[in-house]
Amino acid sequence: MDTILSILNQSLREAIAPSTAAVVIAVIGLNIHFGFTGLLNMGQAGFMLIGAYGFAISIIEGLPLVVAIVVGLGGALLFALVLGIPTLKLRGDYLAIVTISAAEIVRFVGRLSALEDFTGGALGLRGSRYQGPFLDLSFLPDTSWTLSPFNYRDTFDGSGVVRGLAGLLFIGLVVAAVLLVRRFRGAPAATSGARWGRVGAVVGLSLLALLAIFFVFPITYQNNVAQGWWVRLVAWTLVGLCTLLAALLVRSPWGRLLRGIREDEDAIRSLGKNVFAIKMQALIIGGSFGALGGIVYVLPSTVQADSMGRALTFFAYTALLIGGAATIFGPVLGTVIFYGGRVLLRETANAYVPSSIMSDQQTETFSLIVVGVVLMLLVIFRPQGILGDKRELRINV
Amino acid sequence: MLDRHPAPGPSRGRWALGLLVALVLAPLGVLGLSAAPATAAVGCLAQADKTGCVSGTVGSRSDPVEGADVQLLDEGGVEIEVQTTEADGKFAFTLTEPGTYLVKLDEDTLPDGVEQIPPAAAQAGPDGTLRVEVQLGRTAVPDLEVRSEDYDASGTSKTDQLVGGAFSGLKLGLLLALASLGLSLIYGTTGLSNFAHAEQVTLGGVVAYFLVSQAEYGLNLWVGIILTTLLCAGSGLLQDVVMWKPLRRRGLGLTQLMIVTIGLSLALQYAFQYVVGGSQVKVTLQSFESYSFGPVNTNSMSLIAMGIAIVMIGLVGFVLLRTRLGQATRAVSDNPALASASGIDVDRIVRIVWTASAGLAGLSGVLYALTVSNGIRWDTGMQILLLLFAAVTLGGLGTAFGALVGSLIIGLVVELAGPLGAPGDLKYAVALGILIILLMFRPQGLLGRAGRVG
Repeated sequence: MDTILSILNQSLREAIAPSTAAVVIAVIGLNIHFGFTGLLNMGQAGFMLIGAYGFAISIIEGLPLVVAIVVGLGGALLFALVLGIPTLKLRGDYLAIVTISAAEIVRFVGRLSALEDFTGGALGLRGSRYQGPFLDLSFLPDTSWTLSPFNYRDTFDGSGVVRGLAGLLFIGLVVAAVLLVRRFRGAPAATSGARWGRVGAVVGLSLLALLAIFFVFPITYQNNVAQGWWVRLVAWTLVGLCTLLAALLVRSPWGRLLRGIREDEDAIRSLGKNVFAIKMQALIIGGSFGALGGIVYVLPSTVQADSMGRALTFFAYTALLIGGAATIFGPVLGTVIFYGGRVLLRETANAYVPSSIMSDQQTETFSLIVVGVVLMLLVIFRPQGILGDKRELRINV
Repeated sequence: MLDRHPAPGPSRGRWALGLLVALVLAPLGVLGLSAAPATAAVGCLAQADKTGCVSGTVGSRSDPVEGADVQLLDEGGVEIEVQTTEADGKFAFTLTEPGTYLVKLDEDTLPDGVEQIPPAAAQAGPDGTLRVEVQLGRTAVPDLEVRSEDYDASGTSKTDQLVGGAFSGLKLGLLLALASLGLSLIYGTTGLSNFAHAEQVTLGGVVAYFLVSQAEYGLNLWVGIILTTLLCAGSGLLQDVVMWKPLRRRGLGLTQLMIVTIGLSLALQYAFQYVVGGSQVKVTLQSFESYSFGPVNTNSMSLIAMGIAIVMIGLVGFVLLRTRLGQATRAVSDNPALASASGIDVDRIVRIVWTASAGLAGLSGVLYALTVSNGIRWDTGMQILLLLFAAVTLGGLGTAFGALVGSLIIGLVVELAGPLGAPGDLKYAVALGILIILLMFRPQGLLGRAGRVG
């Protein structure tokens, strides 16, 4: 039982890790590309890497934090232009091939020993060289803190029964939130008041679910260290803001154009719209989310070119498809499930499969094999993921 | 196309028999694979708050140096530990105290004619040592790379380097062509960009490793190569029967199919890592007679590999242009619906294309492992996937001869980029850069038909 609880606890820690939040932000960008516009961007990791390098190098060179973020986002804008101009007029697989190639080029250049003074070469840039200005912003007191302060240890003398009930409550709340989203998807809200009511209901249920899970598994970290609460707080706040921003974007008239392009590009063109320009805008905006994700990704760790390679893009696709492409909450749900699930799988294999059959290194590899298989099965059997709508996802390029 | 393979007695009947045997053997092969222990000896595993590691490879992963002494010194230059590398060139020190350490490669123990590449200024310590920062729970990887002593550009003339590069480029181009022909044929007949094609290349190397290199049932290299090709072709057939055909029947869109191939590629890659471990394995330990023609240094295996590649490419060309099968394949590429209406069994053609493509990719994988990368790693194929795509797109997506031309160009560009001044891995980037620029001006590729591609 203790083993199971410790595995679940590790899985939860991974699910709320800042790197998970960072990938959520990148997946939101990918959702704008792939889910809403039907652009096959296979180089989201390249956007992340450019954002990360732009940010970290600017700070090391002595620029203020805000400017550094702008530099990172600006890099993504240029990258999107370079990728988009030759390919957005062509069939979709050209974009896929060029984006995956360009992301690799960025990685190769980052690793070059000739540029070691800037990028740190293959070893990368250590976090301590650029984390300072960000950590200085923290207004949290310099102590450690437990989430949630109200947890099973304080109630009924740490009774296992209460803990178990709270666990069930968490599962119930998550299922309720998912069902609610799926139900709302079928019927559009009549008034804007009703729409905000629905959003409020989903967000409220999610917050309650969070309270329940942290009641069962209280987590303690230092506040103001590189891997502490401050970076988690900022990362998840950004996830919230990005989700909101993405929701507003795709519900705007511009967002309807994106879906129109995904469904039938020629129809939109015949309405007199400049399809190339709109695709380019989508590529830039989604790429900027990617760059922001990259910045958040390196905040608690290091900028290392190989940590943002092709595999990360593929993980992002898997996460997006788990949650549901072309949905608002899909990226968050999918990424959290993806990272939490991977750790769950790995640790379970570690704990219960004898190491003579599967060594520790092999359990990690095994979890990645499962990721590949899950991606295949998802696309074949449930392309809409958990929250999506099957009718929306006959993307063809 | 496989009936033209230089197997003993290549007649039609035997070809069918061979394929049957290959298919029956395929599951056995998989069993053999899973039973083998992982070969990666994990030298040092950094544990959080307990130990830190300094590990890496002398030379490069593709060309490790055996028998070199690596010294670990503390910051004051006092020796802590010495390790001598084995065939994989790896060293791994385990440390319990964080801090700055120095790593030194003993020049005297390097093979003759090889010297250490001086470390970059940022990492250089005193006396040609490398400074490493050790943190608990982390692994530091110092670069102990080597080069031949006459590396200096002034030593060998620019022309000689260029001629040598051109020869390697031709070799790489021919091997890329073997693999990219299949990629292009699959694209032509089904419209699918197969991201898992590179894994077929790795599969070739991995299967050959198990057939030839594993001592218990080590086969003769040539028998191993032929058997590997057949097994890989069998895997292509199997894939089409159990996966791609049902998916086509289901009416899955091309984008979705493409994501399926990405999932397959991920799963296969890590499956390879699972069975052979994270390090490079050699297909054979035997060494080949070396030759030099003026500035070109090569060995018998490279020449034979190039010969095999030329023969196979010639055969594919002959089949495509001069046989009914080839005519049917080109018809399907042109217009599947029309081909089907004229009585061509499209499913059969696609099946043959998958089989042949996988076989060619497997063959390419063995030869690549033998002559270019000096062994096979779980991600060898993934490293050349982009070159394959660049080659296919450069020549024109879906045109078989375009793939050949594109591959040769990419091979030459990659190998000539080094002598012309592109540092390190950037040579791959140059090939990809050319692809991006070409797409701006001639999106249909060099040999593609000018038409709407958007």
